Amino acid sequence: MNKVAIVSYGNTKFSRDDKPIESLLLNSTKSLFDNTPNLMQKDIDTVLVSTNDNTKYLSAILSEIAGIQPKTAHTVESLCNSGTNSIVSAYSYIASGLANVVLVVGAERKNSPGQILEWDNSRGEYKHPIFWGSIFTKSHKREFGTTEEDLARVSAKNHKFAKDNPNAYSNKVFSIDELMNSRVLTEDLRVSDCSRSCSGASAVLIASEQVTKRFTNEPVWIKGIGQKTTSAGFTKNNSFSSMRSTVEAAKISFQMSKLSPGDIDVAEVHDAFTVCELMAVEDLRIVSKGEGRSFVKTLYETEDRKINPRGGLIGSGHPLGATGIAQVIETTQQLQGTAKKRQIQNAKVGLVHNMSAAATSSTVLILQS
Amino acid sequence: MSFFETQLKKGNFVIPQCPSCKELIWPPSEYCSLCFGKLKWKKADRIGKILEFSKKDDIFFCLAEFEKKIRVIGTLQVFLKQPEIGKKVKLDSCKIDGENYKFTMTMV
Repeated sequence: MNKVAIVSYGNTKFSRDDKPIESLLLNSTKSLFDNTPNLMQKDIDTVLVSTNDNTKYLSAILSEIAGIQPKTAHTVESLCNSGTNSIVSAYSYIASGLANVVLVVGAERKNSPGQILEWDNSRGEYKHPIFWGSIFTKSHKREFGTTEEDLARVSAKNHKFAKDNPNAYSNKVFSIDELMNSRVLTEDLRVSDCSRSCSGASAVLIASEQVTKRFTNEPVWIKGIGQKTTSAGFTKNNSFSSMRSTVEAAKISFQMSKLSPGDIDVAEVHDAFTVCELMAVEDLRIVSKGEGRSFVKTLYETEDRKINPRGGLIGSGHPLGATGIAQVIETTQQLQGTAKKRQIQNAKVGLVHNMSAAATSSTVLILQS
Repeated sequence: MSFFETQLKKGNFVIPQCPSCKELIWPPSEYCSLCFGKLKWKKADRIGKILEFSKKDDIFFCLAEFEKKIRVIGTLQVFLKQPEIGKKVKLDSCKIDGENYKFTMTMV
């Protein structure tokens, strides 16, 4: 099997502005080309677009407007973890020898149709994500004594870190008190506990070992891939204080990489809601179950950026199809030592956790410099 | 509209069961998800239990389980007793409201 690496990337700023999906895709692709002087359009074998947008044939459209005539071009959609799903597809194309160079571009407009899974009628009239977010939060509070302050601390930390991320939609820093007094959505969630859908795009260039040197001297290798889909419907979750798909995906990914949670220097985790960050660090076994809140408290107080250094989904915004790719870009920058103010010293191994539809599906990627 | 939805529209809560596997299939489907056998319909027991709950604008909503398998989220009407995990609820009404199913329950 060919070894596979991330060799370049491009980004747009995440914002609440509404922009055509084609423009978002093209702008992050242009940013990637600007960052990769040796890349020519003819080098690209495959173009994958990650999005929940309803526009058809976007990979062919992007290819045409970017002057690429790829062998393979198609869209990947899997709600909020479309981004990492498309990276797994790119990995498969390269590992199997079907492609040497794959361009993966994720984009979303702020009013994405991917925010609500209409099919899931078991949720009745409570289909908006704040309702599964409330149920997860209530359950975690009950089981582990998680408090509103613990949740606000996740949000405060991620907003604080996002201030140093030039592509984040938020650049405001909030005190824990301010966040604990933000608008109430439900008994268990405030506005400040929620990530926000926005417009944005992110692109990565993925290549086989034999061509990485053409594009970078610092490839970041994809060492582990774990994915698990337990169901499509939220009510099938067997626990509401733990994410089984994440637990399973992490096990698979660590096994493939021959690494363990103790080896992780930096992690991007899917904080769709504040409680999800606590659940993720626990379910990835970075800390034991129930210890997420004390772990995050220490990170916040010491300004340790080990978890969500770019500000997570809460601080950076959540353009669904771009999110998983933006997480991979941040981890790549950390492992290349180019994350500037966000840089974690001597980061060698990074983890990306991206999930969809109330954790019914999770992807865990392990990257190594 | 499926048989399930036709019945739901009339306020009836029916659930499909596989005659071979004896499994209740949820959400309702055309075939058994274990053996792909044809399903038969039965009236669901309307007494279930609370798995989790929360509240929005003074209205409780809960995730409830019926027949140890069928899970739905609906509005929970609370009169005297406060909701608790594991407590019994009765499915008072079910219907289709616009594009959504709508379930309303009461503490027993």
